[in-house]
Amino acid sequence: MSDVIVENQVIKAVIQVLRQAETELPGDVLSALKSVRDRESNPIARTQLSAIIKNADFAKENVIPMCQDTGVPVFFVDVGREAMINFDLEEAIRKGVARATEEIPLRPNAVHPLTRENSGNVGVGFPDVNFDFVPGKNIKITVMPKGGGAENMSVLRMFTPSEVDDVKHFIIETVKNAGGKPCPPIIVGVGIGGTFDKSARLAKKAALRRLDVPSDDLEQELLEEINSLGIGPMGLGGDTTALKVNIEYAHCHVASLPVAINIQCWAARRASVTLEG
Amino acid sequence: MEHTLRTPLSKADIIKPRAGDIVYLDGIILTARDTAHERLLSSEKIPFDLSGAAIFHCGPLMRKNKKWTPIAVGPTTSARMSKMTPELLEKYGIRAIIGKGGMNGVVDALYEKCIYLAYPGGCAAIATDQIKRVKEVHWLDLGMPEAVWVFEVKQFGPLIVGIDAHGNDLYAEVEKRANEQIKSL
Repeated sequence: MSDVIVENQVIKAVIQVLRQAETELPGDVLSALKSVRDRESNPIARTQLSAIIKNADFAKENVIPMCQDTGVPVFFVDVGREAMINFDLEEAIRKGVARATEEIPLRPNAVHPLTRENSGNVGVGFPDVNFDFVPGKNIKITVMPKGGGAENMSVLRMFTPSEVDDVKHFIIETVKNAGGKPCPPIIVGVGIGGTFDKSARLAKKAALRRLDVPSDDLEQELLEEINSLGIGPMGLGGDTTALKVNIEYAHCHVASLPVAINIQCWAARRASVTLEG
Repeated sequence: MEHTLRTPLSKADIIKPRAGDIVYLDGIILTARDTAHERLLSSEKIPFDLSGAAIFHCGPLMRKNKKWTPIAVGPTTSARMSKMTPELLEKYGIRAIIGKGGMNGVVDALYEKCIYLAYPGGCAAIATDQIKRVKEVHWLDLGMPEAVWVFEVKQFGPLIVGIDAHGNDLYAEVEKRANEQIKSL
């Protein structure tokens, strides 16, 4: 028999994961940054990486957001098929975001796309909430606050099947064109296949993947070629442009080849909490 | 080379540092991003002084209790302000632009007039710690991130000279090398 999960638990969990994500860089990201700083041969690049690491430590110690762009709160919610709730789960997440905006606090980042009128951090389709159904009776809430600078450098292109060989170049070129704007060292999330919109969703999930998950051959090859560009931390030159390339795949239509690239800044914020049902 | 500069900045102050040098700034910085730039260009009179000023591409997170406190104040992507910058430098005596990621097509406008300084992107926690006082806020009707915040700072940095006042652009050099490299892949 499952326990009923109540609305207030979700609201509190949302505030908790947002606070953790905004103030504490995930351990795998911090380790990756330290390891590239130790290997970096460019002195300017080392000043940038050292500042980034110092900043992450300072934010954690003082429980303050590491970046003033506290991002778009993107939620991935795994709902257990046997979980019992009697409230609107998405509305509870929206309430949690509104409260977190006051309590942490978060920068009011939501605006109407055309009038640019600011509505705080809750608006139409904002925060972005995605649901997946999973076995069990728990609800797992993951948040990925996504900064605007890196999101703006993301690209989606519909290739034709005969252009398979162009995909690699497209990924490297996208990173080159982004230069220092997405706050490198970046994580390159790639979605290959699916539909137009699914490829973008896959790219976002790829950008969310932990950095200590081993890369496959293609991901490793792309990472090495991207880093050979010499863009470096913050675009000021150096050995480290990307920390990792992650690719997710889905089958696609016989006539299509969608490729989406979602770029994540070094402040690759994410946190999860599980509510037990 | 490392330099410490103090606002208001003179021409002599900003002529010295070269692209790639490190600068720390003492004194006053004023935030200005997209909408503030538009208003600066369309205004005949402004309620603050920009002669010898350092402007900061930044949309801060502030909190007001009795007075305003900075919570997270860091650089935003400067490229968005590129188009408006030459006219802005023509109109006001701005001597330093602080931001991140570099700017496009501003080398000539900066020549012997102004320097572009890069604060490490995303490093708002340490930047906020270097703000000693919130002196003023203007144009709050534009919203918290877009308003002009006047901060008193101490040892603000490390700032890398991304574009100097002698026509050197570190980002353009990096981009040129990346363009050559991608051809060989």
